[in-house]
Order: sequence, then structure tokens, then C-alpha cells
Amino acid sequence: MNGNFKKTSLNIAFWIGILVLWQLISLIYGPEILPGPLYTAKGGYELLADGTLLQYIGISAYRVLLGWTLGSLIAVPVGILIGKVGAIRAFAEPFLNFIRFIPPIAFITLFLVWFGIGETSKVMLIMYATFFIVILNTLTGVLSVEEDKIRSARSMGASEWQIVIHVIIPATVPYIFTGIRLAMGTSFMAIIGAEMIASNEGVGYLIWNSRLFFRTDWIFVGLICLGLMGFLTDRAVALLGRKLLSRYGVVSTSSLRR
Amino acid sequence: MSSLPKPNEIHIERLNKSYASPGAGHLHYIIQDVDLVVKGGEFFVLLGPSGCGKSTLLSLIAGFVSKTSGQVRVGEKEVDRPGQDRAVVFQQADSSLFPWLTVRENVEFGLRMKRIPAAKRKEVSDRFIGLVGLRGHENKFPRELSGGMKQRVQLARVLSNDPSILLMDEPFGALDAMTRRTMQRELVNIWRDTDKTVILVTHDIQEALLLGGRIGIMSAGPSSQITHIYDVPLAYPRDMSAPEFHALYNRIQAHFEE
Repeated sequence: MNGNFKKTSLNIAFWIGILVLWQLISLIYGPEILPGPLYTAKGGYELLADGTLLQYIGISAYRVLLGWTLGSLIAVPVGILIGKVGAIRAFAEPFLNFIRFIPPIAFITLFLVWFGIGETSKVMLIMYATFFIVILNTLTGVLSVEEDKIRSARSMGASEWQIVIHVIIPATVPYIFTGIRLAMGTSFMAIIGAEMIASNEGVGYLIWNSRLFFRTDWIFVGLICLGLMGFLTDRAVALLGRKLLSRYGVVSTSSLRR
Repeated sequence: MSSLPKPNEIHIERLNKSYASPGAGHLHYIIQDVDLVVKGGEFFVLLGPSGCGKSTLLSLIAGFVSKTSGQVRVGEKEVDRPGQDRAVVFQQADSSLFPWLTVRENVEFGLRMKRIPAAKRKEVSDRFIGLVGLRGHENKFPRELSGGMKQRVQLARVLSNDPSILLMDEPFGALDAMTRRTMQRELVNIWRDTDKTVILVTHDIQEALLLGGRIGIMSAGPSSQITHIYDVPLAYPRDMSAPEFHALYNRIQAHFEE
């Protein structure tokens, strides 16, 4: 209890320190270059009051969550299949290791051509950002299932299909979970890029568009919102994992490093 | 009477397991020309130094690895894959138990794979959890158990499938000395209450003499063979301080001093 209290007060002191420092530096350089916390709060209030901020946060979160969910749903079975079937893995692995070095942003133009200017291209981009990370983590998980587990299941009469369902998937859950949690991070990066280049809504659009009015305070509002959205979704995913998947060995409490 | 082999009898004839040595043009034999008959209901111990291929021989009987040539028959059937008639207790409980399942769920695993109704499963798991002395721990997860208790779970898990043969790969090797003694005593009791055939692999002479009805000595690899077979005409539970025990110990010890 006492240790917790000390930690919390240190944390609060740290954030107050940051705010004070931020304000001090902004006084030196002026609000056009570096808007201080008060100035940013005012800008944030403006955006809140006319409804744009919540709308933008909503649309960005929607794109990320939809693309990330769909991408993960497809990637998990594909990863298990690649991990389980050596013949497929022989072809898939080099391809995966080739494509994972192409960042989602690099595909924006193509995706606009292929899927149009609307929501589809953004959701597809998030799916791409999610897909390969989740596949690779799932694949790693499948490959690291101990041989003894599979052997013991087999000699207790489990069929190959039962081994996949009752041994390989549960044993791979922590890897899958790490994969989808990491994918959340890349999804945010991808959506901001996409919204900056090709969108009329969203937090990325807000950050990019604010330059036209020289509203650096709005840019700061966008940045802070991004940080908060990422932080909160990561915590929510971690909490869900801990609550629902603890029996599978998902115990992570702190944020993952990307 | 003599023509029909019992279903828990094991016949091994001129069994070879080899692989091509990289570079050299010849075959590298792990075991070479092994002949062995293990009678139904017998407690047979395979004793040999580390790396002598005794685990390989056990894996061949289990059907986990395929032989190069020769025969392995269980009852009348040629072994070509794992089967529920041959249960395997692995050395490492951590790698073979399912950590996402409770003790009871682990013990019921084989029954669940066979779609046996829950009520019947519970009846069977109650019986074997009781037999290995784990009553009261049914709802714990493997990570909450000590090493000895985990091996008890492994034992209950395979016994609940009612195999006719138990294959045990240094099952007590990772336990402390006191737990090991208890487990050895209990294994003998469990074996004596059933008509199961047991083949147990160990490199511990004392363990071999405490457990085995017969002891097969394997030569150091490569090209391991069973060089000698000793009858152990001592009554259970065996007395380590008996002169006959010592005499046999010294005779067997002499094989490993050359």
C-alpha cells in the first residue's frame, strides 16, 4: 500500500514536472513554435466544443479497431497453417520475411488505387499492418510448441486435428497475444500516415491540416490524443488478456516495447 | 497358448536406427541389431550411460520415431505410430503437461479426446488422482505444483487411458532424492496392482535395482546394443541394504567401469 502510494505520488510529480518544463520552454520560444500546455488546452477546448476532435478520434479509432480485428482474425489461422504444414512454410517464410520489411505507409498510393479513396483503403492498410506481425508471431508460437506435448497428446489418442485445437492453439496463445498487441502499435502508425496523405477526417488529418492555419496547438492536441489512444487501447488489450487468457500464460502487465 | 502373444508383450528383432552422417559416406547407427522380448506384465528397466540410445529405443517402441530396419511388435501388431496401448511418461513434466489445463483437466485429456461423457471422465479422473495421491489438488494448475507432484499428474494422466504398456523415460531424473524414493515405491505399488508392462529408462543403477524385474544393460553409443540382461530375483519392496542387492549392484557397476 505504502509503496503504491509513493509510486503514484512520484508519478504525479513527474507529470507536473513535465508540464512545468513544457510551459517554461514555450515561454522562451513563443506559442507559434511551441505552444505551452495552457495554450494547447485552449486549442483542445476549441476542437472539443465544435465536435471535430471527438469525431476525428472516433473515426481513427474505428479504422484502427476494424482493420486490426479483421487482420488478426485472418492472420491467426494463416499463421497456424503455415506453422503446422512444413511444405507451405517452405514457401511462405521467405515471402513473409521479404514483405515484413515493407512498411504499410509505402503501400498507401497503391491501396488508394486498388481500394478507392474511401474507408476501404484505410481499413485494408491497417489489415496489412496487422497481418504480417500477427502471422509471424503465431508462426513462431506454433514452432515452439514442445515436441513432448504433441507426442503425449498423440499417444493419448488425439487426432491430428485434435492436436491443433487442443494442444497447438492453446500453447500458442501467448505468442498470438503478443502479436496482436504489437500490431496495435503499427496500426496507429499506419492510420496516421494514411490520414495525413489521403483523408478528410481523423487525427492524422487534424495534425496534417493544422499546418495550413499555423495552429501548432492543434498539432499538439492531435499528438496528445494519439498518445492517449494508443496508451488506453494497449492497456485495455493487456487487461483483457490478463483477465481472459491467464490460464494460457498471458501475464504481461507492463506495456510492450515496440 | 504359446503361439498367441499377449497384447502387452513386446518383441524387438534386429532393430536398427541410423542416419547418414553428413560428409562421410556411411551410416551412423544410434542403435544396432537390438533384440529384446519383454513379457506381458513385466517391469523391465533399460539401464545405460547417457547418450547410449536408450531413449531412442523407447521412442521407437512408442512409435514417435521410425525405425531404419528390423521389427518392433506389440502383441501381434507391428509398431508404426503412437497408440493408446503404449503410454509415455516423459522426463520433463513441464514440457509434456498442458499448463493451461488444471490437474483434473490434464488427467482427463485422453478421455476428452475420445469424447467420453463428463460424468464418466470425472469418475475415472477421481480414481487416478486418488491413486497417485493428488486428491485436493484437482483444480490447481501444473505451475502451482512441485516437481514430484507434476510427475504424479503425468502418471495419472496416462493411467486414465488404461494403456497396457507404460513407457517411462527417466521419469524421476529431475526429482530430489527423497521425492524420488517415494515415487519409486509408489510406482512399484501401482504396477503390482495392474497387469501393465513397464519399460523404464534410467542411468541410475540403484533405481534400476529398486524397480526392475529384469534389467537390460545398454552399451555406450554409437551402435548401442543390449549387451546383458540381469534377472533381479528380489522381492518387493526391495531392501537396499540387503547383501544380494549389493552383490548385483557391484556386478552391474562393473559394466560401466570398463
